[in-house]
Amino acid sequence: MAALSVMTGGGSWFLALALGVTLLKCLLIPTYHSTDFEVHRNWLAITHSLPISQWYYEATSEWTLDYPPFFAWFEYALSHVAKYFDQEMLNVHNLNYSSSRTLLFQRFSVIFTDALFVYAVHECCKCVDGKKACKELTEKPKFILSVLLLWNFGLLIVDHIHFQYNGFLFGLMLLSIARLFQKRHMEGAFLFAVLLHFKHIYLYVAPAYGIYLLRSYCFTANKPDGSIRWNTFSFVRLISLGLTVFLVSALSLGPFLALNQLPQVFSRLFPFKRGLCHAYWAPNFWALYNALDKVLSVIGLQLKLLDPKKIPKASMTSGLVQQFQHTVLPSVTPLVTLICTLIAILPSIFCLWFKPQGPRGFLRCLILCALSSFMFGWHVHEKAILLAILPMSLLSVGKAGDASIFLILTTTGHYSLFPLLFTAPGKKNLFLIGWKLSTSLAWALWKSSVNLYSLSPPGS
Amino acid sequence: MEKWYLMTAVVLLGLTVRWTVSLNSYSGAGKPPMFGDYEAQRHWQEITFNLPIKQWYFNSSDNNLQYWGLDYPPLTAYHSLLCAYVAQFINPDWIALHSSRGYESQAHKLFMRATVLIADLLIYIPAVVLHCCCLKEISTKKKIANALCILLYPGLILIDYGHFQYNSVSLGLALWGVLGVSCDWDLLGSLAFCLAVNYKQMELYHSLPFFGFLLGKCFKKGLKGKGFVLFVKLAGTVVASFTLCWLPFFTERAQALQVLRRLFPVDRGLFEDKVANIWCSVSVFLKIKDILPHHVQIIVSFCLTLLSLLPACVKLTLQPSPKAFRFTLVSCALSFFLFSFQVHEKSILLVSLPVCLVLSEIPFMSTWFLLVSTFSMLPLLLKDDLLMPSVVTTMAFFIACATSFSIFEKTSEEELRLKSFSVSVRKHLPRFTFLPRIIQHLFIISVITMVLLTLMTVTLDPPQKLPDLFSVLVSSVSCLNFLFFLVYFNIIIMWDSKDGRNQKKIH
Repeated sequence: MAALSVMTGGGSWFLALALGVTLLKCLLIPTYHSTDFEVHRNWLAITHSLPISQWYYEATSEWTLDYPPFFAWFEYALSHVAKYFDQEMLNVHNLNYSSSRTLLFQRFSVIFTDALFVYAVHECCKCVDGKKACKELTEKPKFILSVLLLWNFGLLIVDHIHFQYNGFLFGLMLLSIARLFQKRHMEGAFLFAVLLHFKHIYLYVAPAYGIYLLRSYCFTANKPDGSIRWNTFSFVRLISLGLTVFLVSALSLGPFLALNQLPQVFSRLFPFKRGLCHAYWAPNFWALYNALDKVLSVIGLQLKLLDPKKIPKASMTSGLVQQFQHTVLPSVTPLVTLICTLIAILPSIFCLWFKPQGPRGFLRCLILCALSSFMFGWHVHEKAILLAILPMSLLSVGKAGDASIFLILTTTGHYSLFPLLFTAPGKKNLFLIGWKLSTSLAWALWKSSVNLYSLSPPGS
Repeated sequence: MEKWYLMTAVVLLGLTVRWTVSLNSYSGAGKPPMFGDYEAQRHWQEITFNLPIKQWYFNSSDNNLQYWGLDYPPLTAYHSLLCAYVAQFINPDWIALHSSRGYESQAHKLFMRATVLIADLLIYIPAVVLHCCCLKEISTKKKIANALCILLYPGLILIDYGHFQYNSVSLGLALWGVLGVSCDWDLLGSLAFCLAVNYKQMELYHSLPFFGFLLGKCFKKGLKGKGFVLFVKLAGTVVASFTLCWLPFFTERAQALQVLRRLFPVDRGLFEDKVANIWCSVSVFLKIKDILPHHVQIIVSFCLTLLSLLPACVKLTLQPSPKAFRFTLVSCALSFFLFSFQVHEKSILLVSLPVCLVLSEIPFMSTWFLLVSTFSMLPLLLKDDLLMPSVVTTMAFFIACATSFSIFEKTSEEELRLKSFSVSVRKHLPRFTFLPRIIQHLFIISVITMVLLTLMTVTLDPPQKLPDLFSVLVSSVSCLNFLFFLVYFNIIIMWDSKDGRNQKKIH
């Protein structure tokens, strides 16, 4: 009894939160799952039954392997556990196979790999210090951060309903951020390099990492006013960083380089033929651009300024994934989106270089890179908003101003994930309830953090 | 109250858990010809919508009472009628007479689940929130934690949103009754309770404490003055509410009698199926059903029930207080559950509701009881394919209670409200100091037994000669636990008044 009381004693709220959300994830097992479920089953089958040389060429199913090699190895490892659940799911030709055991295995694999995410949140909490000794548990920054991250509603619907493996990937990212906060730069860089080879979407935030490590790690000291001190440049550090990234990339892409398959791998990873917008329109700038184009074309047709025969048949709004042209406004190419993105991240990069503010500045730049890439990127998924929301949680427990922005970001971001659950009206109710839950939680925590920080001087 | 946003979050969390449980299977899913409780509720919508009131409780060619005939009081029928109107608006095929028998579809499931959620949201959940806000002498944070634990109670969630029933309506109305009567809004409270009884006749389990408490209040106010006025007003309220509900059935004597015959099926026997009460457990060794004639069975069960609940109810009448009222609700309902006639395993929810109300006062024992009550329904839940939600919600409930109330630190004599009892015993047996430790050991044994039995029931097949082995074991073990709790709660009630005064002195 004494042991039990120690276990459930005061400091175990983190354990309670982690267990609680895990149990909620178990309850979400029978919910709707999207085609991503079949995607991952297919990848289990591909990596298990085919040799490496076939992995990026296999096209029996329409859901071809389009993540970097580390993720393929991850699926390979999972497939060895999968064979104890249901051998049939590992057959490449069993398209859309979803027996109850397959469902159980896949769902549990997501829940299980989220352990890395829980560990990363634990590490992040260490980086957030409570400046004031708060007696109220709900006002401690660590508690607020744990709730915001562990119970992040967007992650719950994307991972545990829609079905993906973002949990442990975000765990890697948060862990690398935590390591940078803890001044363990090499580990942070290593973790990020590994992360890039798991899912290349994290390239969105790579500039922030690159500039920060170059500026604040390779230059070991600053002048008193914060500007660069050129003579403190450390070649050793630069080379060790480069070596780390190089070794990780070699491990990942090496086998495919040896097989001369690199162009094929890259064409799978960066499918520019897929079109400017994803099927379900990420709410970014190009969505507005397309809408404007559509409106103008309708007006043009009404006012007889446009010739109906010259308008292409496929339109943006039909929700298909393909390449095509705009009717009124100039067409957008991948290069244009890249330039727009670069212009958008330039201010934050400049600040990171010229006025580094330590890990907090890096985090701010990272969020801005994620948001800019989301806004102007080519073929952006709406799930990418999570790349901005999760790191923003870290910032929001620091300052009241950040908390306000976070409230807006999280509410709209999670709302924009709504189309992911478009089938089965029953799930709509779940979404609405869950969304209200997360919004009220965020509001609650914002209120308490405002109370907490209204007493501290601004700009802290 | 401050921190309303935390309470909102708690309520939304409760709703989320309820809705995710409702995604699972329901009673009788895909099992013709009889299906289960889900089909029964759908059938009642069909009957009440298509047939005139006079035919609802009678056997006829259109209304075959053998196929899920109405056996709840009129308010359930009116509720079904209301749902039927909505169903008619959405898809008339769901309630078409005769042709909709056994209708099953995703859209219909969504509709039925939604009706449960709406009823819950309108009646039960506000009552729980109000109850927690009105708790005295505890901090706001504890109030919210209390609400969380009550809303996460697995038994009610699994039966209402899994198996499919509308217990939250009757339990919610009863809870409103408790709240009204405890806050001195006697007329409204008794009105709410009458509505509860008219929704499900099992609420009569709670009727004696209500009667005793209100009678005690009348006595306190003086039988010749205000007390008498109050008594008359209460009697009037009860009569009026019953008349209102039963009005359509008072037109002919035969109508009212038939409804009563449907509500109290005395010819159905002492018990049906495996239930965690005395009769079922004793019949493992002694076939009571065969030994005693039918009318003797009724008399024996009636006497035993009355004997076991009389002390607490009498004490409540003589010394009415809201706290004693809640504890008496527990012991009275538990007595009925253990000794009464034709008890179903779901009736344990009638005991669980009052136990939820005393969660803040004796967290350790309440949590233990609520875990056992969920466990006692295991065979039913397994039949409905609800293993995963049962395990998950039970674990969630346990974690919520353990962290909110630090239950394992609250096992001293005083915390368990056994101080005055132990003091009395120590007058005769000076060495009687080991009660808390015994209780702790019993708890560990109980939990281990429950876990083992659950594992065995799920993984092993019962031997050929004893196909019901696991259900019988589950019900017998639960029955033993419930007997222990009956003794415990009665001890608390009988040794209570001294406790209260001592505690106030200490504070």
